Amino acid sequence: MERRDFLKKAIIAIAGVSVPIASLEFIDPKKLFAARPELHWVFLVDCNKCVGCGFCVKACKLENGIPFDADVTRTWVERYVLTKDNKVYADSPKGARNGFTSQKIDQEAAGMKDIKPGDIDKAFFVPKLCNQCDNPPCVQVCPVGATYKTADGVVLIDRKWCIGCGYCIMGCPYGVRFFHPVYKVADKCNFCYHRITKGLKTACVDACPFGARKIGNIKDPNDPVTKVIMTERVGVLKDEFGTKPQAFYIGLSKEVR
Amino acid sequence: MIPVHGELWTTKELFVLPNEYIYWAVQIVMYPFMTGVVAGAFVLSSLYHVFGIKQLKEIARFALVFSFALLPAAPLPLLLHLQQPFRGINVLMTPHFTSAIAAFGVVYLGYSCIVASELWFVYRKHFVDEVTAIRRKPERSGADRLRLLVFSVLTLGAYDTSPAAIEADHRAVKLLAGAGIPVACFLHGYAGFIFGSVKANALWMTPLMPVIFIMSAIVSGIALCILSYVVIMELRKLHVRHKRQASRYGAPTPEEIKGVETNVVKMTTKYLVIFMVLAITLELLDIIFRGYTAVKSWDIIREVIYGRDFTNIFVLQYAIGNLLPFTLLLIPGLTIRRTVIATMLVLFGVFMMRWNVVIGGQSFSLTLSGFMEYHLPIIPDSLETFKEGLFGALTVAVAPFFIFYVLNKFFPVFYEEEAK
Repeated sequence: MERRDFLKKAIIAIAGVSVPIASLEFIDPKKLFAARPELHWVFLVDCNKCVGCGFCVKACKLENGIPFDADVTRTWVERYVLTKDNKVYADSPKGARNGFTSQKIDQEAAGMKDIKPGDIDKAFFVPKLCNQCDNPPCVQVCPVGATYKTADGVVLIDRKWCIGCGYCIMGCPYGVRFFHPVYKVADKCNFCYHRITKGLKTACVDACPFGARKIGNIKDPNDPVTKVIMTERVGVLKDEFGTKPQAFYIGLSKEVR
Repeated sequence: MIPVHGELWTTKELFVLPNEYIYWAVQIVMYPFMTGVVAGAFVLSSLYHVFGIKQLKEIARFALVFSFALLPAAPLPLLLHLQQPFRGINVLMTPHFTSAIAAFGVVYLGYSCIVASELWFVYRKHFVDEVTAIRRKPERSGADRLRLLVFSVLTLGAYDTSPAAIEADHRAVKLLAGAGIPVACFLHGYAGFIFGSVKANALWMTPLMPVIFIMSAIVSGIALCILSYVVIMELRKLHVRHKRQASRYGAPTPEEIKGVETNVVKMTTKYLVIFMVLAITLELLDIIFRGYTAVKSWDIIREVIYGRDFTNIFVLQYAIGNLLPFTLLLIPGLTIRRTVIATMLVLFGVFMMRWNVVIGGQSFSLTLSGFMEYHLPIIPDSLETFKEGLFGALTVAVAPFFIFYVLNKFFPVFYEEEAK
């Protein structure tokens, strides 16, 4: 066979074979095994109900094996105090693990700020946790793919694969990530994935005596959390970053950062 | 109590989130500094190989070998910084390409290949010459046999030194140097991208960051090349004075060396000044633009730039690291001694720029109403304070000079001149 003929026939053969191949759809194992069209976890925080007791923080640390005395935490509560001279003071001593036991505001190196009750305009508490963003910057920047978003909407970390570069910690606009002091890998709130996948609530939701924290499935129209998010006015944190947070807040004030 | 990573060297002030610490410490300052020097040294050597700037011939080969010696020093600070250094290889094995750091594997390996092959083409004739010289010897010592083995391997079996083959080598060098420039810029541009793309950090996030990093990279690369070149030439002068009679080739006189040295240094400083102007222009543009647009984060960034980091930014970086060497280099009648002082200041200035970006970017909280202060661990009392402390940084800084010393045994930077 001439080289020319061979090439001609080869092209015809390739073209002929590629038509039926193109009709095949490549099966994505992620879609096949992990797709949960009926499930997407969201969180609902009602700031009006939070009293800053810190039970959620304590429960979280115990449930998720974060060393109790280490100064990192998967969830925390912030206290905001607005004074009559238009100043905003805020703190979260030890992540509010022990609640807010002092009226003084912890300014870290600047000492404890004593504010007279008469000078206070308003004050409130804001619980924080991972927002399980729909467009998570932490997942985007991980160089090895050790952190990833599951099909049901939770961002997880593979402790066996994380190299500990800290890029995800830098990339998170909410400061929810930290290095686990024992495992030496990135760590953060995962909505107690080991609990919610078994039909339980998260440790913080169970621990909250006032119902300020709720977890729900946004895909289920009958879920009480979904009903609130769909019918009431809720806010999210730092939406200017385009991260599409999945933790929604009732009674969010503009001072909250 | 178990210490948290970052807690040892961070002090917080006012409202800082519980998990916030200075996670990226001195090694992440060293990282862009070292990659910058690598990229800059390569660009300097390419100015001769690609654009044929003849005045840079003398420093070009030196810069090439030096940039090869600096290559291992680029990932070293990353490894020292990682919490799981043994998993560092995962970046190459399972790269997640939406991450700027994952690009490191591809760009860095590609760049290493380019530099290594360019080096091989430049030195191939030398390897062949060495092998033939040793083979001609009637009796070979143990050291000779070792050298023969090393150089035979280095030739990769290509013994053709006909004019046509040498000409082909030169063409390959030109091609590789040409391809290397964009890759070197990319290598460092992406280091800037690592920071510039962090949207959570108000100080880092700017599209100018990669460009600023490339310009200051070239500045630091040229400065370190000039500095090391002068040091090596001075050492050679001393060496020649002692061993003039014993020399194999009839070495150049100290006066000849001095003449070459002054000429090379004067030419190279011109390019240094050009790139310095570009770098400073971009950096000032960035600050002016931030002040003018004054978005939400400007209040705290202004406090960091003009308040807390004023000495670091305006005194150490701009005045001592930029303005002073700039003046020193522009005053007529440039001497070697003045150049040495100026290049050292330039290197210091670029280091401070990296410091002010990396540490400065973490010196304010995500709440935009609190600050963090970094205290460099000096005395290493644990592995962590060594790795991410002064001595870890110094290890990274001196490593390339040891590598260069070894490399110079096989890739002699000055062989042609001595052979004449």
